[in-house]
Amino acid sequence: MTTRIDRRMAKLKAEGRPALVTYFMSGDPDYGTALSIMKALPKAGADIIEMGMPFSDPMADGPAIQAAGLRALKGGQTLVKTLKMASEFRAADNETPIVLMGYYNPIYIHGVDRFLRDALASGIDGLIVVDLPPEMDEELCIPALKAGINFIRLATPTTDDKRLPKVLQNTSGFVYYVSMTGITGSALADTGKVAAAVTRIKGHTDLPVCVGFGVKTAEQARIIGASADGVVVGTAIVNAVANVLGPKGEKTADPAEAVATLVSGLSQGVRAARLAAAE
Amino acid sequence: MNKPAIPNSFRTGPDEQGMFGIFGGRFVAETLMPLILDLERHWNEVKDDPDFKAELTDLSTHYAGRPSKLYFAEGLTRHLREVSSTKGLGGGAKVYFKREDLNHTGSHKINNCLGQILLAKRMGKKRIIAETGAGQHGVASATVAARFGFPCVVYMGATDVARQSPNVFRMKLLGAEVRPVTAGHGTLKDAMNEALRDWVTNVEDTYYLIGTAAGPHPYPELVRDFQSVIGTEARAQILEQEGRLPDTIIAAVGGGSNAIGLFHPFLDDRSVKIIGIEAGGRGLDGIEHCASMSAGAPGVLHGNRTYLLQNADGQIMDGHSISAGLDYPGVGPEHSWLRDSGRVDYVPILDDEALEAFQLTTRVEGIIPALESAHAIAHAIKIVPAMDKDQIVIVNLSGRGDKDVHTVANMLGMEI
Repeated sequence: MTTRIDRRMAKLKAEGRPALVTYFMSGDPDYGTALSIMKALPKAGADIIEMGMPFSDPMADGPAIQAAGLRALKGGQTLVKTLKMASEFRAADNETPIVLMGYYNPIYIHGVDRFLRDALASGIDGLIVVDLPPEMDEELCIPALKAGINFIRLATPTTDDKRLPKVLQNTSGFVYYVSMTGITGSALADTGKVAAAVTRIKGHTDLPVCVGFGVKTAEQARIIGASADGVVVGTAIVNAVANVLGPKGEKTADPAEAVATLVSGLSQGVRAARLAAAE
Repeated sequence: MNKPAIPNSFRTGPDEQGMFGIFGGRFVAETLMPLILDLERHWNEVKDDPDFKAELTDLSTHYAGRPSKLYFAEGLTRHLREVSSTKGLGGGAKVYFKREDLNHTGSHKINNCLGQILLAKRMGKKRIIAETGAGQHGVASATVAARFGFPCVVYMGATDVARQSPNVFRMKLLGAEVRPVTAGHGTLKDAMNEALRDWVTNVEDTYYLIGTAAGPHPYPELVRDFQSVIGTEARAQILEQEGRLPDTIIAAVGGGSNAIGLFHPFLDDRSVKIIGIEAGGRGLDGIEHCASMSAGAPGVLHGNRTYLLQNADGQIMDGHSISAGLDYPGVGPEHSWLRDSGRVDYVPILDDEALEAFQLTTRVEGIIPALESAHAIAHAIKIVPAMDKDQIVIVNLSGRGDKDVHTVANMLGMEI
């Protein structure tokens, strides 16, 4: 069965350019603002949306995404509201794939079966759950695949050739290559090494490989996009929101506009990627 | 949640996936997964290796001062018999303290640190990181790092840095770098998040020396095995001193390493009643406690599934305890399993009760217990007067209380 992610990736492949995958934190700084940010993303050139599900203890995230999650939780965001936001978005856009990204506990507490039903009904296409490695596939990955939701796995520099097949086994939609060891928002790794890693993963799978962790500028997006099937940008977007919030969380400018400006620039980067590669 | 069937033995867990029933597991980011598998492989190599055991035993004996004594707490026993008489009961069991406070560094934490530092050395690691709450594990980690020449970074919640300043200074003297963590309430949970972030960043050379019997498999198992020396000794000592097993054993449970260390060797002695004490803080009605098994629900945090304090959305609560070492919203997964299987009872003790036990023990025994251990003693104070005189209770005196004198003075309205 094909999903919105499969169809979008196939379309971009035909166009000969990588995907721009944009992460935002649902509920940051509040529900209404976050929904307007989400709606602005495809218009600004985002091809796939990653919706961050806030969690109190985001162990793999750096300070920027930690702070965004806490702002969202303070603003009253819950998993139920995140799914509601997705369905409101989906009512006006039935094409752009939505991937939920976060940690397992809120899903586990919601109940896995109930979560998958609700996620499907809300137009969710894929899941990235940071703290569910392949060893824990019975928890959510297998049920999600049965329900028709892509389970997108992270591969990292520590995932060697021996382990890659295990990581890729139940992965669908795309593979998310984390360009370095570390938390989100750190500096971008050596781009040459990233290209080599993408080639290595492609030797094991036909799935598209998207690269994230550390991509902040259009130029970086262009360079990474020359070898990868997609470029993931998260912390830079979350920072664009934080930058227009005052000390008490008050908005000093429109966060959706700030995000749109950033994403438009990044979008130029991925659209130039293969042209540059072909030179 | 299904109740697990009563097993033939309570001492066989975890299974190959690191599960104790539904609890435990390996809920970590992919970056850490190869490291955890590598740790498991090395752990399996050393756990039955006579050379490794010999080296650990030698250090435990000559460096840490083991075996720790099993001490008949005559003063406390006499006091509780008087209480019993006053109530017209005429009873009062004999109370023994397992004196982990007498170990080098002043708590049971050294048992685990010596084991893990030898493991880190075998794995060729170059750098040690640790999290700490009360600072006892931080001090023990800094100690073994100094002894074996490793650089050491200790993550400690900013709140705990303030309330455990003597231990912060000790760590610095030992050459460790103490990094205060300001996220959340600035307690043990936040310190553990930050330690995991360090580990995920420095995967090549760093060994994460977890201080309690929690986290992803194989940590709960290996920490338990290193701490089980407590129960193994106590069991042999009580048989020698009293000629029989105790009726009840009691230990405080934060993450639960001193408790699982005492309990594990007794789990299949069905006649022995086993009680774990959770931090009841200011009472279980509100959110100001850390009684995850009495008032929480199973969830996933810090690499394992276990009982957690959390809200209906699965967000983890911060909790509260007078004792920094118990100020953690979760518990080791084996405790969660022992709770559900019914083998161990877990009950809360309030801040005030622990504070009273702290003062009483100091007065009648001349021993200043750690506030964590005072929770366990407080429960003994509750139950011993109603027991018979020929019954025996062992309380794990997991650490010394010098580190807590500032907190206690503050609570009592005194300035020092």
